[in-house]
Amino acid sequence: MTVVQEQVDIVPVRAKGRRRSRNGLGARLAWGGAIAAILAFLYLPIAVLVLFSFNSGRLLSWPIQGFTLDWYRKLASNEQLIEAAWNSLYVATCSTALTLIIGVPAALALDRLSFPGKGLFRKLVLLPIALPGIITGISMLTLFRLMGANLSLTTVIIGHATALLAVVVTQVYARLQRLPRSYEEASADLGASGLQTFFFVTLPNIRTAVIGSGLLSFTLSFDEIPVTFFLTGRDNTLPMYIWSTMRRGLTPEINAVGALIVLASAVLVVLSVLLLRDKPGGRA
Amino acid sequence: MSLAEPLPEARLRARRWTAMRRYLVLSPPLLWTVVFMFVPYLTLVVYSVWRAEFPLAVPDFQFGNYVTIFTDPQYRNVFLRTLKIASLVSLCALLLAFPYAYFLVFRVRSPGWRLALYMAVVAPLWVSYLLRAYTWKTILGTNGILNSFLISAGLIDEPLTVLLYNQAAMVLTLTYVFIPFMVMPIYAALEKIPPSLHEASADLGEGHLSTFFKVTLPLAMPGVIAGFTMTFCLSFGDFIAPMLVGGPDGQMIAGVIATQFGAALNWPLGSALALTMLVFILVLISASDRLERVGQGRLA
Repeated sequence: MTVVQEQVDIVPVRAKGRRRSRNGLGARLAWGGAIAAILAFLYLPIAVLVLFSFNSGRLLSWPIQGFTLDWYRKLASNEQLIEAAWNSLYVATCSTALTLIIGVPAALALDRLSFPGKGLFRKLVLLPIALPGIITGISMLTLFRLMGANLSLTTVIIGHATALLAVVVTQVYARLQRLPRSYEEASADLGASGLQTFFFVTLPNIRTAVIGSGLLSFTLSFDEIPVTFFLTGRDNTLPMYIWSTMRRGLTPEINAVGALIVLASAVLVVLSVLLLRDKPGGRA
Repeated sequence: MSLAEPLPEARLRARRWTAMRRYLVLSPPLLWTVVFMFVPYLTLVVYSVWRAEFPLAVPDFQFGNYVTIFTDPQYRNVFLRTLKIASLVSLCALLLAFPYAYFLVFRVRSPGWRLALYMAVVAPLWVSYLLRAYTWKTILGTNGILNSFLISAGLIDEPLTVLLYNQAAMVLTLTYVFIPFMVMPIYAALEKIPPSLHEASADLGEGHLSTFFKVTLPLAMPGVIAGFTMTFCLSFGDFIAPMLVGGPDGQMIAGVIATQFGAALNWPLGSALALTMLVFILVLISASDRLERVGQGRLA
């Protein structure tokens, strides 16, 4: 009863914040335990991945036998792997650039223009978000086959750009919708050309969405398998290389690559959070 | 008033640009979507009515591939299994994601902590999907980390062989991989609920449980539906995790499609399977869109 009393007293005072919820110790412990369990479920496997990259034994089993950096040294001299990593970097850079070049105008068109077939266009562009990558992969494979094109990293880049277009379009479109059109009208009225308006007014205002979706596309492309699986020729990307090694057997060497990728991803996440923090009041 | 009047030349110039600008803005994405999305789906349709003559696909116009898919029990079984696994994955993800999102929105008071805990769930999306699936393979294996840990802790004497290469391992791995897609929309839906509604419900004498079932849950439904659909579609079309942790009874539909384009070299059948999957997913998405809109109507 006293608990209820307390709530009734507190609610009107905390006008803006959430209502103070039941603060019984039991409830708090139960919530804390549940949330900790979910976080453990999310992060223990990643911790295991990183931990075993330092395992001096070849077997991936508990307990860890000793600390070593040998697996990392092995990586550094694995030429196939390094080549695959460069390929992935190349593919991710090109496909991110392509998705931005096509995705930003696509978002602009969806937000600012009306044209025949807009509904179909929107559906097509956004489809790959929910569509399994395998469908994008094989549909493009059939196209390239009919065209007689050879599979190579170029076809992979085209595939990634297509599959990731939706990521850029949704994020940039969402930002554009919050951007008042009056800015652009003002710019045009003040005599700026269309391109000037785009580069000096529109683009700075959607900058964070463009950078954020670009970073995300880059990461997704760097990790991509389902599309790459069907569209790559003789060249391997990093995930495809890891995938083929995995099917031969599990070694701590894979864990070492994994740990490095986890590290790189962590850097990217922090970077994106820092870059994308919308300062309220300030220009985005 | 006269100050705000635009210069006539500027107006003219702006207008002259519009046609050009429209063209510039519209043509690259339009061209790209037609050539690399619309046409490939068409070629998929074309292949699906061709005939396979190992190892070639021969131009034809017949629906034998579809007949095979719908009459051969082998494909029905794979389809039903995929349906089951994807439903289980979405259900497990929902059971974990909903309390988590609820906790973030209604129990965490500091915005900093809320952001940190939200990022904690979303961040794994940035870590390679393949590696997140792989790490479960190393954990669950017969000589894997979990078994050896349990043995060294004295909890079991013999390694458990039931952990890996079965459907449970697939559900676990896919849940792990796709859970962020469940948390994000549910969090967004819960966050939109005005706190005043809870206060009103409490003022009207509803208890916490009945407030939850009468206010929170109905308003969270659009998010739940969106998350469920997303997780379902993603796990429905996955073929990497089944190959890594699935067993002999773990073949999923996307794996069968991959085989048709790989070792089995039956592109027409693979195309027909892929189109069947495509149509199924499209129906699912539009159904869930409709459901979501019904749900959103309640807040309006």
